[in-house]
Amino acid sequence: MQPEHIVSSFDEDLNRIDSKILEMGGLIEHAFEGATKALKREDADLAKDILRIDDEINALEAEINEMVLVLIARRSPMASDLRSAIMTLRIAGQLERIGDYIKNVGRRTHTITSNDAFIGSTSTLIRMAKDAQAQIRNALDAFNRRDAELAEDVRQSDEQIDQLHNTLFRELLTYMMEDTRNISGCMQLLFIAKNVERIGDLAVDIAQEVIFMVTGEWPDEKRPKGDRTPRMVFDEDA
Amino acid sequence: MSDSFEDFDMDNDISDTAVFTADDGPAASTPPKSIDDQPAIMSARNVDVFYSDKQAIKSVDLDIPQNRITALIGPSGCGKSTLLRTLNRMNDTIPTARVEGDIRFAGQDIYDSSVDVTALRRRIGMVFQKPNPFPKSIFENVAYGLRIHGLATSKADMKDRVIAALKGAGLYDEVADRLDDPGTSISGGQQQRLCIARAIAVEPQVILMDEPCSALDPIATAKVEELMEQIRERFTIVIVTHSMQQAARVADKTAFFHLGELVEEGPTEKIFTNPENDRTQAYISGRIG
Repeated sequence: MQPEHIVSSFDEDLNRIDSKILEMGGLIEHAFEGATKALKREDADLAKDILRIDDEINALEAEINEMVLVLIARRSPMASDLRSAIMTLRIAGQLERIGDYIKNVGRRTHTITSNDAFIGSTSTLIRMAKDAQAQIRNALDAFNRRDAELAEDVRQSDEQIDQLHNTLFRELLTYMMEDTRNISGCMQLLFIAKNVERIGDLAVDIAQEVIFMVTGEWPDEKRPKGDRTPRMVFDEDA
Repeated sequence: MSDSFEDFDMDNDISDTAVFTADDGPAASTPPKSIDDQPAIMSARNVDVFYSDKQAIKSVDLDIPQNRITALIGPSGCGKSTLLRTLNRMNDTIPTARVEGDIRFAGQDIYDSSVDVTALRRRIGMVFQKPNPFPKSIFENVAYGLRIHGLATSKADMKDRVIAALKGAGLYDEVADRLDDPGTSISGGQQQRLCIARAIAVEPQVILMDEPCSALDPIATAKVEELMEQIRERFTIVIVTHSMQQAARVADKTAFFHLGELVEEGPTEKIFTNPENDRTQAYISGRIG
């Protein structure tokens, strides 16, 4: 833990910005929960909330941008404070993108009905979504605690989501080949899966920014990556 | 070994490594050379400075890279100005000051008993916190150093050199029509640039600047910083500054001092974005004073 600034209002400014990031994180968690429940057909109304929440997330991002801009102009942050300011800007942008992906998921959930032949695949998708939610939660915990180790765990855990995405991709391809009437629904599910997979990637980006914030160095590029879907399509063609 | 310091020409004494000038700067595709690779024009090794019994500097090791700007930062009383003053033996004027260790300029020990201090200070000039023009005309302020070192061969040569120095300090256009006015008649920022013109007129290799902008407004400060940026192609600059933003803006290398110790030194961008030492981090982020 670093000592406090001589100018205490500097600490207050930094804390306020951190709180706004966590507020964005809370909204994202709520929206993601809603989208996942809608997928499970538990509460379709929750999906409607997502659009409203996305507006709030966008407004928070704009507010954080403004706060960081003012912080840089007024406080001239240096060293770890400077890294925090810049990384916070990036993290706010990534959370906003995550909000957009969740909104996309919410918009598509109504296209899936319980009569669809491929409904079993939604359980894989829900597992993916749960994993992605955990990744966001851990990335934000790492941000809050300035915990580079936890952030590294997030980086290492993304492979699981990628592998579920591969499995789902394969399953849905099979359904589409079996019966062309499945194509429309399967495509919607694939789009949802791709959005969730991207959310996982953004959680990794946030984790990497936390590592830079804490250590001043970007983590090694090498980390387990499991997305095989681009090759899968070509393999099938071959 | 010469003790006159007259033959310390950059071209043959320091290194044969290319020195970038305005005319032959690095090609756009050439990555900028690391400050750590730049040859040192001055070096301090195991330097201790005492004022009577009080130790102001404790075993400092520091290299001053040639044709680069080195900033010395730290809270008041940390020893940064003391170290600056040891670099051209200004501490000789303080009877209680005692310097131990090894300080070399172009490889030669500047505290060797055979050293001609006047010649040394011609090679290592100084600009002070408060602009201190002589009570003479603008022209004479610059001509003075040239005259005492016998550097001008004729009246015409003297005029050329004074004008070149004033131009070099970015001041000539502002004072061209009043060179005979007193040096004290111009603004504080102009006076400081006059002092820089006076320093560069005798063609030193190193210019030491002790908080050169602390008495100037932001515009005058910006002009001095712009000037430093321009002249660093010809001179090595060591600046003591209380403004961390100034160090971050102008310096290639930054050294942080605390309680007489050199805590950390390195490329400026590293010191201000990712310092290694907790004390450096605490100081530059405003956590210790």
